[in-house]
Amino acid sequence: MQLVRRFLPLVIGIYLLLFFGPLAGFDFFRIVGEIYNKPSLLLQQLINGLANGSIVAIVALGYTLVYGIIELVNFAHGDVFMLGAFMALTVIGATGVTETSTASEKLTAALLAGAAAIIFCGVINVIIERFAYRRLRNAPRLAPLISAIGVSFIVQNIGLFWGGLRSFFPIMGVNSAAPKAFPDLIGRVDVFKDWFGLDLPITLSTKELMVIVVAAALMVGLRLLVQYTKIGKAMRATAENRDAAKIMGIDIDRVISFTFLLGGALAGAAGLMFGLYNNTVVFTMGFTGGLRAFTSAVLGGIGNITGAMFGGILIGLLAAFSDQYFSSRWTNAWVFAILVTVMVFRPTGLMGENVGQKA
Amino acid sequence: MSMLEVQNIHTYYDNIHALKGISLNVNEGEIVTLIGANGAGKSTTLKTISGLTKPREGAVRLHGNPLHTLPAHKIVEQGIIMVPEGRRVFGVLTVSENLEMGAFARNDKQAIAQDLEKVYSLFPRLKERRNQLAGTLSGGEQQMLATGRGLMGRPRVLLLDEPSMGLAPVLVDLIFDTIQQLHKQGTTILLVEQNARMALQVADRGYVLQSGEIVLSDSAENLRANESVQKAYLGIS
Ligand SMILES: Nc1ncnc2c1ncn2[C@@H]1O[C@H](COP(=O)(O)OP(=O)(O)OP(=O)(O)O)[C@@H](O)[C@H]1O
Ligand SMILES: [Mg+2]
Repeated sequence: MQLVRRFLPLVIGIYLLLFFGPLAGFDFFRIVGEIYNKPSLLLQQLINGLANGSIVAIVALGYTLVYGIIELVNFAHGDVFMLGAFMALTVIGATGVTETSTASEKLTAALLAGAAAIIFCGVINVIIERFAYRRLRNAPRLAPLISAIGVSFIVQNIGLFWGGLRSFFPIMGVNSAAPKAFPDLIGRVDVFKDWFGLDLPITLSTKELMVIVVAAALMVGLRLLVQYTKIGKAMRATAENRDAAKIMGIDIDRVISFTFLLGGALAGAAGLMFGLYNNTVVFTMGFTGGLRAFTSAVLGGIGNITGAMFGGILIGLLAAFSDQYFSSRWTNAWVFAILVTVMVFRPTGLMGENVGQKA
Repeated sequence: MSMLEVQNIHTYYDNIHALKGISLNVNEGEIVTLIGANGAGKSTTLKTISGLTKPREGAVRLHGNPLHTLPAHKIVEQGIIMVPEGRRVFGVLTVSENLEMGAFARNDKQAIAQDLEKVYSLFPRLKERRNQLAGTLSGGEQQMLATGRGLMGRPRVLLLDEPSMGLAPVLVDLIFDTIQQLHKQGTTILLVEQNARMALQVADRGYVLQSGEIVLSDSAENLRANESVQKAYLGIS
């Protein structure tokens, strides 16, 4: 009896999914058939998902860092990521490289664009905190949240404006609101075949490799910074108890600024990576990208750095799987269905835990 | 002139008038104790000195220089270190990281390493558990950690808020021994204690606080002999 009661919701859930799932692209038997007929496609989608998920994870880190330290969902973060992509595109436009330039010219342009996007987004994020959030730090929680939504709109419109400056930046194209082509500086060389001479049914392009390697390096770097440096420890202390941090001699305003600097810098790097990988950027990408990144952060347990990385990659994989086997139109719905399910059964997220007491 | 001077401070929590014109002073090298019932304003006085709460009126001065206009972290840089009530250790940091945070405002690496060894020899239990998260320590161990963390700041003035709370008698003795040792080394101490008996034994002078006001101030000896103090705080009737 106990057992029946325990598993009844699960049974009903599976039943509903089998009947109504196909409406949203979830046709269990078709999918099993497709995977059985062409398993390599599943592996290929795992690689795509891993690459896209890595970018999502880097953006998600910005949400989780800020939430961890001031318990604010920084709705403007996705739009800062968009500015990063625009900054990168602008710099690449200014260097004049094209897809036919030499490898070293492309590399130089990409590094310059990355540096510019990282610095720019880091500084913008610090400015946003200073002017839109700091004064509201002790106000009721709704106040900074609304401020964040306002900043998000402002930043999005800056993107729209920037995209219309074609007389200064010809690379922006004619229409300010339209998606902009982002030069493909990396190309699609198959790592397995062209580098290692392996003849596999799946491909790992240099683009995907770049995204995965850079994202992994950034995540490891961030982890080391938070774990071992003095400022990293001060961040963790401030996140746990601001008053206690103050009486250690920690300037919490500086620590919070630094946290926004880090989050912004990561968003800048992600903006460049997104452009190089997807070769198209648009001023609304901060909204859609931000939503997925935020979902990842919540999925992993918001405030938890490892959780955000894990959540981002999970969302990336899920989205790739849905695009391939369900229906790309339903992907966002599936992403949120997973989020809702996790929230219902594990409100603190997959890796979230209640740590310490908050100030 | 006194080393630390608190002059007519009024501190509020929103509309709650917690300190109604507190004045006190602490001379260099002294141990001064603040006693009073729950809610009298003892912790608020220490918090106002350390900058966590700001007085609406009045002034706090160190060697004549105003402290109340400085942010809390700058006050720490002046050598005023508080061990807060209820420990407030960082639960998600390890024991050794907590001690490191105690020395956050310092840059003298070698001296920090020496002080760390001193704290570990004072509280060997902390050394055993140095890689454990502070949140997993027992209450008494957390109190040792909070005290050790305070010492890591090399205090010139140490503000102790109920350092013996929740400790077994042996550990209470250890804490009071430590206080006396620090006193001998020249550290100036402002001590808040529920355990007024022990506090008045180690202190040079004391103030009695009642509903945000100082109602009595005298040498520790005279306070111990004072009838109303005996009745209210020493449990002698
Ligand atoms: N954060 C706060 N918000 C509102 N009121 C507060 C706050 N902290 C203290 N108070 C009030 O200020 C007054 C003084 O409190 P305080 O903590 O200084 O007392 P205390 O003497 O340290 O008492 P105890 O012996 O219980 O620690 C009390 O009436 C208390 O209710
Ligand atoms: Mg108190």
